[in-house]
Amino acid sequence: MDGMVGSKSSLTWIVNISVVLLVALWLFPTVGLLVSSFRTADQISSNGWWQSLFPTEQNVSLRTDDPDGAQELIDGLYTVSGNVFGDGSEAVISVWGVSSRAIDSFGPGDTADLGEGESITVQIDGSYVWTGTSELSGRGQRVFATAETPPEFTTGNYRTVLVDGNTTDSMSKAFFNTLTVTIPATIIPIVIAAFAAYALAWMDFPGRAILIALVVGLLVVPLQLALIPLLRLHLGIGIGKGYLGVWLAHTGFGLPLAIYLLRNYMVGLPRDIIENAKVDGATDFQIFTKIILPLSFPALASFAIFQFLWTWNDLLVAKVFLIDATGQTTVMTNQIVELLGTRGGNWEILATAAFVSISVPLVVFFAMQKYLVRGLLAGSVK
Amino acid sequence: MNPAFQGLLTIIIGVGGCIGYFYFSNQFLDKVLYPAKGPKAGHNINRANQIRPWLFLFPAMFALGLYLAYPVFATLWYSVTDRDQGGAFVGLANYAQMVDDPKFWEALKNNMLWLLIVPAASTAFGLLAAQLTDRIWWGSFAKSLIFMPMAISFVGAAVIFKLIYDTRPVDQAQIGVMNAVWLQFEGGVGSFLILRLLPGLLMLSGAAAAIYVAYLQITAIREKAQASLMIMVRGVFIAVLVWVAYSTLMLAFGAFTMVFPYGVPQQWLTIPGWNSFLLMIVLIWIQTGFAMVILSAALRGIPEETIEAAIVDGANPFQVFFKIKMPQISGTIVVVWTTITLVVLKVFDIVFAMTNGQWETQVLANFMYDKLFRANDWGVGSASAMVIMLLVSPILVWNVYNARKEMR
Repeated sequence: MDGMVGSKSSLTWIVNISVVLLVALWLFPTVGLLVSSFRTADQISSNGWWQSLFPTEQNVSLRTDDPDGAQELIDGLYTVSGNVFGDGSEAVISVWGVSSRAIDSFGPGDTADLGEGESITVQIDGSYVWTGTSELSGRGQRVFATAETPPEFTTGNYRTVLVDGNTTDSMSKAFFNTLTVTIPATIIPIVIAAFAAYALAWMDFPGRAILIALVVGLLVVPLQLALIPLLRLHLGIGIGKGYLGVWLAHTGFGLPLAIYLLRNYMVGLPRDIIENAKVDGATDFQIFTKIILPLSFPALASFAIFQFLWTWNDLLVAKVFLIDATGQTTVMTNQIVELLGTRGGNWEILATAAFVSISVPLVVFFAMQKYLVRGLLAGSVK
Repeated sequence: MNPAFQGLLTIIIGVGGCIGYFYFSNQFLDKVLYPAKGPKAGHNINRANQIRPWLFLFPAMFALGLYLAYPVFATLWYSVTDRDQGGAFVGLANYAQMVDDPKFWEALKNNMLWLLIVPAASTAFGLLAAQLTDRIWWGSFAKSLIFMPMAISFVGAAVIFKLIYDTRPVDQAQIGVMNAVWLQFEGGVGSFLILRLLPGLLMLSGAAAAIYVAYLQITAIREKAQASLMIMVRGVFIAVLVWVAYSTLMLAFGAFTMVFPYGVPQQWLTIPGWNSFLLMIVLIWIQTGFAMVILSAALRGIPEETIEAAIVDGANPFQVFFKIKMPQISGTIVVVWTTITLVVLKVFDIVFAMTNGQWETQVLANFMYDKLFRANDWGVGSASAMVIMLLVSPILVWNVYNARKEMR
């Protein structure tokens, strides 16, 4: 919709540029996390992630291979050769030196005299030849260089976090725990709410209006109030802290929105269909399962997405009703908070763990955005 | 037992149980209790139809009652009893203890700031994004990108923004964007323009806007005879506006006079006063997409004729927006505002993960969690939960009122 009948093209340009800026601003934080999750710890701490997308010039401190075993006798000179960056690097050296106080003494291809008959030549790609008239010993020769390194990324963090990390860094268990919490906690409230919503939408009984008002009221009750009474209840009846408790809690907390959304949708279904079915002798149960449920699929889907996102992203309910002292049932959000405490500076682990946790909701979000938007609109706009 | 298997079993038992319950209870009602045949068939059918709604409703109502309605009263009860004295009634002692705690007032003050700033900023940005994206061909793509943070957990967002606010010692490369940008400022003309003039002018215009709205309210009270309740509401609104105007003026003054520590990386999250705003940015970032989606739908729903008529009458784009579009979507703006207000009142994860209430960033939900599960003080914890409930209840009443009005 564009109400600008006489709009000028310059205004369109301004709008386009503003939207580009706005989108960039909104995307920037997430991209930062994504890029960081593909960098090694050294890379992350050596410069900002926004610099990693372009070739960067930086001062690096390198070392040649140790002479022991690597040196060969070529033309009467003890020689060690190789590449200071290791093999397969695309870094380009602009200047280099052999002392930390003079890191720009030599250009690529120059030969540095190290004294005592030793010398070293470093080429532009980092390959070196280190020679000595007598046998070389000790550790490798240090080389300080100003080098331009191309962007470099690794999937190693994901391997650490998902596959072979130690127990504190591992997200794989937390991932499955989260899944175990989420799926029943999404499906069960839908089933219960669908029946209730049908009754509130299409059955006549005294007190219906009051019940609808009650559901609308409960929609805004903060779940903080429920923590202590329900935890006591769960401990009292023997459920304790565990999956059953968290499933029940999520079911209870999700029901008002589920009933509200589904009822609003079901009320809008055409009356004729339902009355015709009744005339044909269908029972309420048949009408519900054969007519209402299939027709309500969009509303069911939008609530399912809400509940999935909410249970997947939840921290508070899991902390109170699920995670016990052993920590065996930890979920991803809780795992990340713990990583923030213990590995606060290890951004490669943190970023990767966080991205693993947000990747599933993001996939669901982009795949089913249509239903999410529809649900939001049904919930807020009349 | 493997939890995944256990989960699968629960789905089967839970879903199967639910469907089984509904099916068999219906069967029981129709076949055994009130069979639709025999001499009293008609009577029986009527009876069965009176009972059936309750069969459909029972599981939902039971769960709602147990998991949401009962806890409200239970928490109220815990807030006036003492657990250490075996649950003896202690009146308002817990509330008295709570208001003696300076952390409570800090949490309340911060919550008020959150309540003012986050809904306002999210709605404003959402409106801006909706208005802009509706005019371009790739608008829906842009929308879905701005909407995306909705899917990200508060904890994930906390990690994302901790990276942005990260601080390294002065001799190391800054990996947090905020410090990297900060170190670009050295106190020259650019610094003056961006760090003093721009925020100062923004604050001054904010103060001017608040004063203008307050002035409108005052004239509204003086011109029309109104119910005393309405005058009271407007009075409170004016008081808030005056406070906002005063604070923004002070901030504008601060922007021009503050001494900036140029060239030194800052520990942003430990600077009281600013850190709360940095936490709010996280929630604004998440909620803007929500506001944008709803408001965009509302903007599309505006009848085209009203806008065309205004343009024919010579209205400029700003007049079209503020005088024609805004009044027609004001109802939706209220809905968006209250929905985000509810989210703000319950905000816990962001503060918990980023600062845990240190450095004067405490909010009520985190204060309550602290009292309940760290200090193990259920009385004060429940009392602070009741404060959150109290803050929510106007919205609750308003929602119920609207829902009932609609049904009539």
